[in-house]
Amino acid sequence: MRTIPFLIVCLAVGAAVFAGAIASGNDYLFFAGYVVMQYIVLATAWNILGGYCGYVNFGTAGFFGIGAYVTVAIHQWHPLPIPLLVVLGGAVSAVIGYGMGYLTLRLRGAFFAIATLALAVVLETLVVNWDYVGGSRGAYIVRPEAIAPFGSYIRYMFMIMMLLAIAALTVARLIERSRLGYGLATIRDDELAAEAAGVPTLRLKLIATTISGALMGMAGAPFPYYIGYLQPDSTFGFDYAVNAIAMSVIGGTTSWVGPLIGAVLLGSLQQLATVTISSAVNLLIVGLLLVFFVIVAPNGILGLIHKYWQHKSDDFVGRRRVDLAAAAAAPAPDGAPGAPP
Amino acid sequence: MSELLEVANLGKRFGGFVALDNIALSVRAGERLGLIGPNGSGKSTLVNCICGTLRNEQGSVRFDGRVIDSLPAHRRTRLGLARSFQLPRPFVSLSLMDNVRIPLLYTVAARGGRHAGAAIDDHCHRLLREVGLEAKAGALPRDLTQVEMRKLELARAMAAEPKLLIADEAMAGLTHSEIEDILALLVRLNEQGVTVILIEHIMRAVMSFSRRLVVLVSGRKIADGPPEEVMRDPEVERAYLGQ
Repeated sequence: MRTIPFLIVCLAVGAAVFAGAIASGNDYLFFAGYVVMQYIVLATAWNILGGYCGYVNFGTAGFFGIGAYVTVAIHQWHPLPIPLLVVLGGAVSAVIGYGMGYLTLRLRGAFFAIATLALAVVLETLVVNWDYVGGSRGAYIVRPEAIAPFGSYIRYMFMIMMLLAIAALTVARLIERSRLGYGLATIRDDELAAEAAGVPTLRLKLIATTISGALMGMAGAPFPYYIGYLQPDSTFGFDYAVNAIAMSVIGGTTSWVGPLIGAVLLGSLQQLATVTISSAVNLLIVGLLLVFFVIVAPNGILGLIHKYWQHKSDDFVGRRRVDLAAAAAAPAPDGAPGAPP
Repeated sequence: MSELLEVANLGKRFGGFVALDNIALSVRAGERLGLIGPNGSGKSTLVNCICGTLRNEQGSVRFDGRVIDSLPAHRRTRLGLARSFQLPRPFVSLSLMDNVRIPLLYTVAARGGRHAGAAIDDHCHRLLREVGLEAKAGALPRDLTQVEMRKLELARAMAAEPKLLIADEAMAGLTHSEIEDILALLVRLNEQGVTVILIEHIMRAVMSFSRRLVVLVSGRKIADGPPEEVMRDPEVERAYLGQ
């Protein structure tokens, strides 16, 4: 499917979800849905670096927090419309993402993960000591009661976050099918071999950290208006990092669909648990599901589907092999490749 | 013929261990060079220094008229310096087609040789056919045997359309007829103008392919010349054949 039809389908689904939530007459659905949408953005953003490129980032909360605190800082000066704040928060996070990439991308594996974790801590410390945005006391942001033509403000915020989620999915999908996506996959598989094949690994990794950071910051930018009272401790909380990773891993990291499935599933489950049991159960759910998936389906739900589908379509694969063999038997055009131009 | 590759005073140490000691080597365009030496003599380290996988502490490497010491590996590949790895390093999550597609996308396209999607597909098939892997174009590297992985490694290096191809033990473990196939392939590439450096332990292959033979022992070059002469050299016999 091309990008434009894909966008149209996404927007149609989004419109249906929005209409359904309005029809239910319960504004709480928007509050819960906002969080799920936010996690779609965060998990998708995480997956661009973590899934496609193989660099595990524990700093999701750092980028999310930057987005949120850029909004607070701007709000203290002069309230701006949320879409503009999203762009600004995204821009600042993109710069920080680029900087973080430049400093840490020479590290691999666990060392990279530790460095990104440290980034979140450093950023939190900065905010705690910055009085203008409330410091450790936190910052209050009173959101308007209503906005035309949406009625209540939360509907408006839900729609913004949903559009962001669609944008994030579209970006991830575009990357996946582009030259950049192939390049990131080679970095995940073997960086030395990637370099030898002509892939500019450092540059691609920087592109990935920048895009990933920007999307996370965008997800954070509307957050102060959602939560009303922003506090460094919870904004830079470890939950965001753990959730973004868990959602991607549970859904499957090889495709844009994985984080979407993971975020919708896990995000909804958490919202349900918050209402019915307690919000403290959330991390337990994440932990149990993560353990379950790592043991039973290390490639996530996508991996399970893929396996099932492959099993069912053995016939098709067999025929494909024959086709390729026939192609191989076809007369070869002369002139070996590899000759310099 | 002009010098394509010029290595001067190249030195590389790993801690206190001198892996390469003052290596000088020049290769003319169109040459077929064999590089031999016992295990641990520094052959692969030399290749790594030439291709930018490792940085040499001493000396310099010139390729195609320019000093490339400061260039990262991918820039060297774009200049036309391709290598296969001694231990195959395929992109495990990509199909064979996509494995050879990568150098086409990132090297050939970067040089301005624009390929359209379908043309790239054809090209990938042709490259895999060259090494006898076309029937497995859609398979993943984990479904290959060790021997097939070596062929894939070679196909991927060829895909970068190099001026100089360094084949690092591409034939280890291959059968007699497979060695003949790979040799014929390398000769064909060479006839089209690609300079080839062959690193190999299989002497029959080295002797039939090389027009010039270089011997490394303990990080030093001890011989450089026509293969028959080099093999008669008493120092080579002593060091390399262990006599």
